[in-house]
Amino acid sequence: MMTPVKNPEIKVKQPGESFFKRLVRQQLFIPFAALALLVIFNLIADPSFFAVTIKENSLGNPVLSGNIISVLDNASELVILAIGMTLVTASSGGQDISVGATMAIAGSVILRMVCGGQVTADTLQMPLFLAVLVGIVVTALFGAFNGTLVAYFKIQPMVATLIMFTAGRSIAAWINNNQLPIMNDISFKYAGTFLPGIPVPTPIFITAFVILLFWLVLKFTTLGLYTQSVGINANSSRLNGLDPQKIKLLTYVILGVCVAVAGFIRVSRSGSINYSRIAENIEMDAILAVALGGNALSGGKFNIYGSILGAYVIQFLTTTLYKYEVPSTALPAYKAVVVILLVVLSAPVVRSKMANLRFRAKAGSTAKEAK
Amino acid sequence: MRKDAVLEMHGICKYFPGVRALQDVDFTLRKGEIHALMGENGAGKSTLIKVLTGVYAKDGGEVHIEGVDGPAVIRSPQDAQNAGISTVYQEITLCPNLSVAENMYIGRTEGALTSWKKMNQGAGRILQDLGIPASPTQQLGSCSIAVQQMVAIARAVDMECKVLILDEPTSSLDEQEVQKLFGLMRSLRKKGVGIIFVTHFLEQVYEVCDRITVLRDGQLVGEYIIEDLPRVKLVSKMLGKELDDMADIKGESGGVAISREGAPVLEAHDLCSNAGIKPFDFSIRKGEVNGFTGLLGSGRSECVRAIFGADRVTGGKVKMDGKEVRIKKPLDAMKQGIGYLPEDRKGDGIVGDLSVRENIILAYQVMKGFFHPVSRAQAEAFADDYIKLLEIKTASADTPIKSLSGGNQQKCILARWLLTDPKYLILDEPTRGIDIGTKIEIQKLVLRLAEKGTSATFISSEIDEMLRTCSRLVVMRDRKAVGELSGEDLTQAKIMATIAGGDE
Amino acid sequence: MTTTVSKAPRLKAHREISDTNLLLTITVLVFFALYLSAIFFLGGGFTKPQNFLNILNNNASLIVLSCGMSIVMITGGIDISVGAVTSLVCMASAVNLEQQGGGMLTVLLIGLGIGLAFGLVQGYLVAYLEIQPFIVSLAGMFFAKGMTTIVSKEPVRVTNEGFLAVKDTRIIVPGLGSNNKLGQYIPAYVEVGVVIALLAVVLLFCLLRWTKLGRSFYAVGGNNQSANMLGINVRRTKFLAHVLCSLLAGLGGILYFLHVGSGDVANGAGDEMNAIASSIIGGTLLTGGVGNVAGTFFGVMSLNTIKRIVSSLGFDEAWWSNITVAAMLCLFLVIQSIVLLRKNTAKQ
Repeated sequence: MMTPVKNPEIKVKQPGESFFKRLVRQQLFIPFAALALLVIFNLIADPSFFAVTIKENSLGNPVLSGNIISVLDNASELVILAIGMTLVTASSGGQDISVGATMAIAGSVILRMVCGGQVTADTLQMPLFLAVLVGIVVTALFGAFNGTLVAYFKIQPMVATLIMFTAGRSIAAWINNNQLPIMNDISFKYAGTFLPGIPVPTPIFITAFVILLFWLVLKFTTLGLYTQSVGINANSSRLNGLDPQKIKLLTYVILGVCVAVAGFIRVSRSGSINYSRIAENIEMDAILAVALGGNALSGGKFNIYGSILGAYVIQFLTTTLYKYEVPSTALPAYKAVVVILLVVLSAPVVRSKMANLRFRAKAGSTAKEAK
Repeated sequence: MRKDAVLEMHGICKYFPGVRALQDVDFTLRKGEIHALMGENGAGKSTLIKVLTGVYAKDGGEVHIEGVDGPAVIRSPQDAQNAGISTVYQEITLCPNLSVAENMYIGRTEGALTSWKKMNQGAGRILQDLGIPASPTQQLGSCSIAVQQMVAIARAVDMECKVLILDEPTSSLDEQEVQKLFGLMRSLRKKGVGIIFVTHFLEQVYEVCDRITVLRDGQLVGEYIIEDLPRVKLVSKMLGKELDDMADIKGESGGVAISREGAPVLEAHDLCSNAGIKPFDFSIRKGEVNGFTGLLGSGRSECVRAIFGADRVTGGKVKMDGKEVRIKKPLDAMKQGIGYLPEDRKGDGIVGDLSVRENIILAYQVMKGFFHPVSRAQAEAFADDYIKLLEIKTASADTPIKSLSGGNQQKCILARWLLTDPKYLILDEPTRGIDIGTKIEIQKLVLRLAEKGTSATFISSEIDEMLRTCSRLVVMRDRKAVGELSGEDLTQAKIMATIAGGDE
Repeated sequence: MTTTVSKAPRLKAHREISDTNLLLTITVLVFFALYLSAIFFLGGGFTKPQNFLNILNNNASLIVLSCGMSIVMITGGIDISVGAVTSLVCMASAVNLEQQGGGMLTVLLIGLGIGLAFGLVQGYLVAYLEIQPFIVSLAGMFFAKGMTTIVSKEPVRVTNEGFLAVKDTRIIVPGLGSNNKLGQYIPAYVEVGVVIALLAVVLLFCLLRWTKLGRSFYAVGGNNQSANMLGINVRRTKFLAHVLCSLLAGLGGILYFLHVGSGDVANGAGDEMNAIASSIIGGTLLTGGVGNVAGTFFGVMSLNTIKRIVSSLGFDEAWWSNITVAAMLCLFLVIQSIVLLRKNTAKQ
């Protein structure tokens, strides 16, 4: 409700504005800054952190090893989840807190399929792609369940997904009658470890493939525009011919598919499952990745690459903390401190206060000059 | 401070990043006067009021209030209330989940405890005095918007204030309620309360106000006694230029007479929706501009919403170009070549955080479909074309639409529909809450479109505008179409009479 | 809602039930329906008053946590750190009693102190820096979880006699006892924690109903911009809601500790979800502005009654309990959603 300033000297976008200030306003500033801090810290503390060596794995194949490889490898599930979470956040203005629990379901379903219902199996009882497909269908259905509650019953996403959060791991246990199936076929573990003859962990390829897929989807469909539009103003979207409810539902189903892929990677790392521990707290990390990527958790505009970067930063942080022998149980406390610092720095209130101060100082000085 | 003044503001400045919203504004309110604060959208009226009520912190200047020595410190709405300033805002600023009585007393009672009995009794008395049809214990959210607005006014009136600010309180009230409000304002004036009245309706200003202060582009234009400032002058002060555009429209409006004949583009029979309108018939010819008129809440918006499929259609038939079609949702209507600019720009029109460009291509994109995104280059070309064509004032096509002024937002939505090349365009209150210059541009545009063969339905609260643009008017009363006027019947008096009814 | 004003139902002055009371009524009815049908169809333990009192004994801490959660939810926020704070309080108290020679007083100070500290920090971040409460309390939860294991990784059993005396105090409820198989009269009892929890519920009920602060919670949750315009200090109100919630989480930690008598990393695990579920079943809307601690109390009771019903039906594998809670939550969310959607469309 105001007119732009006509005096050219007070316009905010000035050609002479320092590079740094423009940088700070960028959406990806925070994740990049966090990454830079971590890199610098590790460089100073112990440059060998970045060393990549070739080792022999348990099968005697030469594979790459090192902290960087482990960050890229271990972040895979998180990155895939963060992509789906970003879409859900954008369209519905809320987060799905059940992703960890539904990952357990996906893992449980896939293991049951490949083990053919037995407790241990040494060979695949079913073609792997078929088992994964079943897993995808199952979690997509759970995604649809969450999406229906959110879109059609208008329940806040966090609360709606609280249902699956509470029940998911129990359902996962129920699927296998609370037994812990173990898959010993080496080919099952290809997806979570290494393909024979390839020194780079397979999850890195899967993640790259998923990112590429989403890049294509966002480029060749209007998914991005629609989800943002629905997330910002569902009423106007409807009056422009969109079906907000269907689009919200769609994003939850997409997240469901992402969950299945992540769940598959996770169980194929070890060939086994622990219902209460698998992917524990990963929903929190996924949400953080979205927030760290500069996306508003209240929905609307999103930048999927921000979330991806955010996910890698979080894994980088985790790996760094592990390296300094922070016990895994105490890890959350350190993470929390880092998270609060980042969130405070990127809080709109804090940023606008700083911007205001700068602006006022400038306006004051120009006014003086005019006199 | 002047002797008869109750409030003085000196040299008020307010900056937002990139914008000088207020620059050195002076404002004086005397005891027992009704003072209109006028200006186009973006002139700084709302900012000035929000500075006064402590919603925004000012960046310069002083506020003096009667009975307070030295500059008053107002940092929050609470401070303003304590200083004797009470405010009714344009949008309802009450809590829908609380009872009517609570809404009237919360935030201004002494002590830490709440006495429900006292509160309900007090509220009951005031509601009765003012003739507001609500019960004190009713949940506010269950009242109609007009009643909610009246409750907000009741709250402000009951606060024994020295200064009462009414920021466009009449936009959701009907004529009767407006008169009730004016009665109230006059009696408060007698008691010596100073009233600041912000409105877009010029008639209302000349009906109740004593004095006018005009702002433009965040600067003070001047303060005038009402008798010294005829309407035309007021408008030209607000716009900052002499205004004869008003007459121009009529001159150009040869379009009005166009195509009384010709096949109807759209015909509707016994159409009704779940929004509670009675079944109605409607038709429009190629190149015709017609309108729905009636009081607010008479069902005129609901009619066009039913045509567009915005509400759930519960019965009736619709023919496009003589062929029967089913319109169940907005997309069906869009595919038939219908466009709809909704009444509530902020809630139903713009997609606030998206850029101007994305807002312009949205409807076109939806019609093209999910798997056929408009390329970036094409989108940019479309946006640039329409920004130029409609003279949309924006920093760039990438600016979020929410940072534009109301009139420019409205132009973007118009652009959105023009891009879909509609056969029939529905414009529901396209001129509400936007500045006069843009209002005229929009009316001209509608007539130009009609000349090119687009049919349009134009709805406005201001009968003047309708007379200027429409060749036929459907009159609504109590959710029912009660008459149709065209040709020589299209006069202000005849329309008023039909709206009021009684001659049947 | 469109801004179009319907003119027809202007003079409707009949009393409509408020959202809060409507949802409260549903909750209370559901609880009684559940419990009575359990008595009729299952009989057994459910006919004994002690069974009912045991629900209270086992959930004194959850009642307090849930009330705090409801208050934050009424202001439109959420606090998912409460379970972890409970755990931290238990662990710190246990270590204090066993290794530092503390007593009941220090336990009280530790519990409320930890709660207050979490409340101040989280409240400041949410209210004054406007960071989403979900993220803030998520970090709070991580922090408390981590701190718990830093205080002690191993479970700590308490042997302090003064503490055990308080823990084992049984307050006899007259007239509700029953005879056991040998014909001996066994009096019904509640633990100390239950009395404290019920007292807290009553106090909080009064706070929400009759104080300015309590009403401000509702106003802020209803529409925080409006509340600001109405002269309510929105930031301070939100801040206080979070402080109160975390303080209650601290108190809940003490009650949990009094019930189990040990510090363990697993203490209070998942209680934030139980608290949210109880609040929702008790008629609190996450959108804010609607809810009531009386409803929350019945929410906790309903939740645990249905858990007992399910396990006494023979579904006693661990996973059924969780699936039941989820189903219950789902049911209530759908009921709430339908009731409120209907009410809103009827209004138009």
